[in-house]
Amino acid sequence: MLFSAHEIKETVDMFLRHRLDIRAITLGVSLLDCAAATGPATRERIREKLLRVAGPLVSVGEAIETEYGVPIINKRVSVTPIALVAASARENDLSPYATLLDDIATELGVDFVGGFSALVEKGYAEADRRLIESIPEALSTTERVCASINLASTKCGINMDAVRQMGAVIKDSAQRTASRDGIACAKLVVFCNAPQDNPFMAGAFHGPGEAESALNVGVSGPGVVKAALESYRGAGFDEVAEAIKKTAFKITRMGQLVGSEAARRLGVPFGILDLSLAPTPEVGDSVARILEELGLEAAGTHGSTAALALLTDMVKKGGVMASTHVGGLSGAFIPVSEDEGMVAAVRSGALSLDKLEAMTCVCSVGLDMVAIPGDASESTISAIIADEMAIGMVNNKTTAVRIIPVPGKAAGEWAEFGGLLGGAPVLPIHPFSSDSFVARGGRIPAPIHSFRN
Amino acid sequence: MVTEPVRFGTIAPSGGTRLNAIVTVVGNDKVGIIANVSAFLAERSINIEDISQTVLSGNFVMMMMVDLSGSSRPLAAVKDELNELGNTLDVSISVMHERVFSAMHRI
Repeated sequence: MLFSAHEIKETVDMFLRHRLDIRAITLGVSLLDCAAATGPATRERIREKLLRVAGPLVSVGEAIETEYGVPIINKRVSVTPIALVAASARENDLSPYATLLDDIATELGVDFVGGFSALVEKGYAEADRRLIESIPEALSTTERVCASINLASTKCGINMDAVRQMGAVIKDSAQRTASRDGIACAKLVVFCNAPQDNPFMAGAFHGPGEAESALNVGVSGPGVVKAALESYRGAGFDEVAEAIKKTAFKITRMGQLVGSEAARRLGVPFGILDLSLAPTPEVGDSVARILEELGLEAAGTHGSTAALALLTDMVKKGGVMASTHVGGLSGAFIPVSEDEGMVAAVRSGALSLDKLEAMTCVCSVGLDMVAIPGDASESTISAIIADEMAIGMVNNKTTAVRIIPVPGKAAGEWAEFGGLLGGAPVLPIHPFSSDSFVARGGRIPAPIHSFRN
Repeated sequence: MVTEPVRFGTIAPSGGTRLNAIVTVVGNDKVGIIANVSAFLAERSINIEDISQTVLSGNFVMMMMVDLSGSSRPLAAVKDELNELGNTLDVSISVMHERVFSAMHRI
């Protein structure tokens, strides 16, 4: 036999018992050549291009699933930030672009289209401002469109005017979808140092520095890492680190295989592989449970930041050698509502918003799918964002905030978003005001270590 | 016996286009598992190129390297029917492309 029984069993178990999957194949498509003099003309070009380029995405994905025996959970499309594409037509309301993308997503059969986006880390262009103002309408009237705004970067600092505005936008988006616990906010993420090739939603967009099109792949597999660590109970961290690295290598090789095959069949270049450990609400698919496997009674207790730092770094190290191009977010995600172990940790009182913020210093993203009380003020939301942006800016890393002020609900109440978004208890926030801080506006300058030239 | 990984869609040394997959059967050992699975594959003109079995952590594990290129049924249907067969035999049967194993275990 070409492979040993042990090797075959290990691989089969990864898929059948430990929920290994390709979380997403995301086709990035440049829409820069769709900009026209009027909105309707621009949108017609977008429709034609996306249906042409992304038309075979779902059928190719399904064919590979069957042939390879590897589940591909989501097929998605990411596009050039719409603020760039819509600029030339100078419309005030950009929500028709969201409606269009939603229709196209349905027609293509893809789960989400990402890229209702703007990059404003240093300042607003006119179209950026209009796009941000259109977000509440865009996200409350569509199902499959995701919005992302880059508010800060290590090179440029933090655009505090935009941070202030996003507090209001998030609040408004939640209010408009109050009957569904503010679900519009689950499709909206703000970034510091946003990657331009991220395959994961809600933050996927096809950056202006990207090629005409590219296929990016997001691999998951927290269950596999946890299962691997079960054989190392009581072992030292050197051994644990090695075990995570080896597992990440194997998972990533599988992702690289499937991604390059999908790219070949679609006739587009393979972009990057994002080797993030992305949890789902299913039991056995949790990042929090890995932290607990490392020896913590509950995720969020003392030691969680160190455990997560080890995990994130070893996932990166194992994955880098396994893929031709690693990119996106790559590391470990710690969304609350999407992770059964994180939800349990919040319920037991082990995990607070402050500890989550600390953990975002070493995870690969940030405050993700966090439900907070619906009466949180706009400035409090902005201040939470500002803190997270500062962590990303100073540490040269991507950080993000996807936060849901759940209308009409208070700390401890349950918020339900459904499907892969899961549900979570509402986390308490600090009652003290940040009003005057957020009201200042302007820009927080880039840190001294950004001047590397 | 295949001695090196054959890439999907390439022409194998023997001449035909191969679609190599690994069929894994895991469960409690009992009479007739190999006979049933082999007969199933033969009925569909799926050639078994290599076969081995062992007991791993208390489980009966049978592995078959098969060439699906001559299959008389579409792959999706073969998988569904194998699933049904697995249910009847009370074992779990999976079919995965050989390249997945190569990617994970061979550099």
